[in-house]
Amino acid sequence: MSKANLLDRRAVVSSLLANRKGTIAVGGLGASTYDIAAAGDNDRNLYLWGAMGGAVMMGLGLALAQPKLPVVVITGDGEMLMGMGSLATVGLQKPGNLSIIVLDNECYGETGGQLSHTAGPVDLVGIASACGIADARAMTTMAEVEAFAASLADVTAGPRFANVKIDGANLERVLSNRDATFIINRLRGSLGFKPI
Amino acid sequence: MHARADASAEQAAEIAASWPEEIFAILQRFDVRQVPYVPDAGHSQLIERVLGSSSMRGIALTTEEEGVALLAGAWAGGQRGVLLMQSSGVGNCINMLSLTQIFRFPFLTLVTMRGEWGEFNPWQVPMGSSTQAVFELAGIKVLRASHPEEVPEVMEAAASQAYNACTPTAVLLSQRLIGTKVFVK
Repeated sequence: MSKANLLDRRAVVSSLLANRKGTIAVGGLGASTYDIAAAGDNDRNLYLWGAMGGAVMMGLGLALAQPKLPVVVITGDGEMLMGMGSLATVGLQKPGNLSIIVLDNECYGETGGQLSHTAGPVDLVGIASACGIADARAMTTMAEVEAFAASLADVTAGPRFANVKIDGANLERVLSNRDATFIINRLRGSLGFKPI
Repeated sequence: MHARADASAEQAAEIAASWPEEIFAILQRFDVRQVPYVPDAGHSQLIERVLGSSSMRGIALTTEEEGVALLAGAWAGGQRGVLLMQSSGVGNCINMLSLTQIFRFPFLTLVTMRGEWGEFNPWQVPMGSSTQAVFELAGIKVLRASHPEEVPEVMEAAASQAYNACTPTAVLLSQRLIGTKVFVK
């Protein structure tokens, strides 16, 4: 099912992180993590290679621990569908510094392109909104993505949720580091925490 | 003689009533900040204490695995946490428990047990029976408290090894301790 106005996932993520300053970025497993790696390695990237359904909750734990820093979760539709309850938990906690962006290609690109629920009737923006995330939107242009990226720095106006319909093409994998203890300790180090 | 017996009976009753308070005090001392939970009757006193605390944030979950991921994020951001759940929730966590090994972060969970010690509800028995084995297969160390007077000691040991040695630990609060749930029509 080909649709108009599909954005390029790498361009979307590059734009989100271009002026990130101290922003912490959590990447859902699979292509979202590759997109974040393609935008440039950073001490504050938390790349996930598993824990499907957990990206938003990791973002929430980070956001509550570091309320002055923007935390952005960048994940796919399949990963978001698996952790849909976490949108309800975010809606209850309302962390102003947490933003969630779903790169929605309506399929499971890592496993052969099987259609996901968002290819059918499921509307993640409606779900986020119904969970009490007041700023929930669908983005269809790069201008909207750029405006959203600029809004991340305001750590009082979240939580935000944005769904972006992206081109389903599988791009070349840009593999991030995948040693999780290195990744988490590097992130902690950048926040001023020493190893135990 | 009588006075002494009365005093120790009184002391025992006090300990029996106060073990959730002991847990709260130990969590406070270990600077625990995020407390995700799926409610359980056995945790109700502790949850109330957490929700009324200025230093801890109680975080209601829709399912227990959310709490494992939340605590990984909390640790990445420099805060300690503890996950409160019932034994039936442990099965919901299995894949997410991978995070305790992959991140090697200080994971502590307090699990109120069902499906043992005079259980009325057969639906609680299968998961209650496999709770400890599930944790152990997932690489989590298991400690158990069955009597009020051992709660402080077990909690102290669990918090120490979890937060000081990044040893993922589950404390099982047995049904004998929390009291068998009574079902009445």
